[in-house]
Amino acid sequence: MPVTARKTYLGVPRDRVENFHGKQLVYVSWDHHLLFAAPFLLCLSPQTPFGDLVQKALLPLLQADPDAAAIDWRQVEWLKDNRPWTPDFGRSLADNGIGHKDQLRLRTPGLDSLYRVH
Amino acid sequence: MDMKSANRKLSLKDKYRLFTRDLGWEPSYRTREEIFPYVQYEGIKVHDWDKWEDPFRLTMDAYWKYQAEKERKFYAIIDAHAQNNGHLHITDARYLSALKIFLQAISPGEFCAHKGFARVGREFPGVGTQVACQMQAIDEIRHAQTQIHALSNYNRFYNGFHAFAEQRDRIWYTSVARSFFDDAMSAGPFEFMIAIGFSFEYVLTNLLFVPFMSGAAYNGDMATVTFGFSAQSDEARHMTLGLECIKFMLEQDPDNLPIVQRWIDKWFWRGFRVLGLVSTMMDYMLPKRVMSWREAWNIYGVENGGALFKDLARYGIRPPKGWNDAEEAVDHMSHQLMLGLYQWSFGTAFHAWIPSDEDMDWLAKKYPETFDRYYRPRWMHIRKLAAAGTPFKNYGLAKLCQCCQLPVVFTEPGDPTLSCHRERVHQGEKYHFCSDHCQALFENEPEKYVQAWLPMPQLFQDLQGDLTAWMDWVFLRDGEDNGDYADSLDRRNFEAWRAMATSNQ
Amino acid sequence: MSTVFIALQANEETRPIIEAIASDNPLALVHREPAMVKIDAPNRLVIRKESIEERIGRRYDLQELQINLITLSGNVDEDDDSLTLTWND
Repeated sequence: MPVTARKTYLGVPRDRVENFHGKQLVYVSWDHHLLFAAPFLLCLSPQTPFGDLVQKALLPLLQADPDAAAIDWRQVEWLKDNRPWTPDFGRSLADNGIGHKDQLRLRTPGLDSLYRVH
Repeated sequence: MDMKSANRKLSLKDKYRLFTRDLGWEPSYRTREEIFPYVQYEGIKVHDWDKWEDPFRLTMDAYWKYQAEKERKFYAIIDAHAQNNGHLHITDARYLSALKIFLQAISPGEFCAHKGFARVGREFPGVGTQVACQMQAIDEIRHAQTQIHALSNYNRFYNGFHAFAEQRDRIWYTSVARSFFDDAMSAGPFEFMIAIGFSFEYVLTNLLFVPFMSGAAYNGDMATVTFGFSAQSDEARHMTLGLECIKFMLEQDPDNLPIVQRWIDKWFWRGFRVLGLVSTMMDYMLPKRVMSWREAWNIYGVENGGALFKDLARYGIRPPKGWNDAEEAVDHMSHQLMLGLYQWSFGTAFHAWIPSDEDMDWLAKKYPETFDRYYRPRWMHIRKLAAAGTPFKNYGLAKLCQCCQLPVVFTEPGDPTLSCHRERVHQGEKYHFCSDHCQALFENEPEKYVQAWLPMPQLFQDLQGDLTAWMDWVFLRDGEDNGDYADSLDRRNFEAWRAMATSNQ
Repeated sequence: MSTVFIALQANEETRPIIEAIASDNPLALVHREPAMVKIDAPNRLVIRKESIEERIGRRYDLQELQINLITLSGNVDEDDDSLTLTWND
């Protein structure tokens, strides 16, 4: 629906990728691990290898959770756009099809130290 | 306070007629459309503006008389507060966090409401409406001023009060209230009345002012009780104006119903999200609590809101769309947000803390279905991390909702263990939301919300993610204004000064 | 049934007003909370000028209520002699 207005109403999106100095935003969250109150916002180059996103950007943030050390990264189930998805750790974000502001979710069934998951 | 009415012989109704309607005139050399160009485009049809009546029938002469009396009462107490070391009479300095959030996020909103009512008072053609909006515009600027003035007494002694005006524009959590008011102020006059006059005043300010101010009394803060109740005495009139406006629209033309219902749905949800911050004040930030957020919601949300929507059913109005999801969220939101405020407290101009055993037992009693099951284990783990010398700081900045601008701390309806993920692509750009309702608001007016200035992504645009530069830019003094209350300067000062005030050492 | 209510600051000016309201509305429930008094009633609550004047021994303008009013709930109707709050079921 258009905005009710007296003239043509045009909005300019503020968070377009060209405003991020060659980088892009990626959101990452760990399902059922709400010690981290909200999904993480990461700002990375599209050329970053996916393995670096996990090892260098994400893993340090996850350390506060008692399940962090037990994550088996070969077994992690991934979702992108809320649908099952398989990343290639050796290839870049761009090559993995991870666009600006995409949301990635990881699932680790069986790990739920702090959470009573049904 | 023996006030004689100026016109003893005039009845209230006659006086109201003379002091409002009789001040209007029919324009002769410009058309009404030229004079009131904003009153039609929203689609609200009005056939007779004279049907608008202020139930209090307050006229300007009486208004000034009573407002002056309120100011005299207010300043008598503010003076007493300053003269009697009022800053040391609060239960403890944790309480100040609630005041800091109030000053940074809510008081500037009062000023926005002032600007909005000054504008719509000009845009509405009805004289009764113009007078009522003019009074409310003056009320709202009085609220902003008295709040800032009252809290300036704390600014002399404690951190985090010094840059509320800049922080209102720049720091992240204040953007929740700011975007609410920006959204309202950029709407047409009728939608503005629903946003502020109806949803904010009638459905929500009771929750903001009444139990919270009563809580301020419990916590020894007479300054806040006074500005709170002084402001709230105007709110009763504002609520009545909001309700009057909604009844007026619904009675003027049946075509107005779907428009009004859509606004009620929108503004109820937007207001409910702003109240998320208030829920943390009530459940966590008052050292001596008067009632839980849940108990306040039962009285002012369920009971009072329920009565209101039952009353409006005669016009075809139903409760707002988000009503049931709100009811479920009430048992979770204060905990979800406070856990967030604690882990991101390096970036807040107030202190957060880990609740004590006594606090947690109180929360468990007030939230028997949710606190022990979902939230106590997280707090206990956070306490363990602090005891080990590795306090939990979440430097992963948060995903924000494109509509309400809160960090997405909320969970799926029906599953409090899973983050709520909602996203949508609009004209090639991806947008994220905290809930179905915020997503629906975006989809109704995407052009409005694509422009949102979201503080977290902005940090990576202008400042390229430099946290120190960001702190300078938001006037946040690292190690003074932010962080855990346990080792804060506010705590050390409060305890030292209080000891000095109660002994001769 | 819906609850209408009015809340007033707890102070010397409102004490006789609260007494008057309680006596004019037998179904009203008076809740005394920190710094405020909230009066609930089923569907309807009336505040009468005359009852207040009897207690304070002077003339009273109902609009003086504005000074100590905290909040209210219900449709308002005010004239020179009374202020009424109602909900329609």
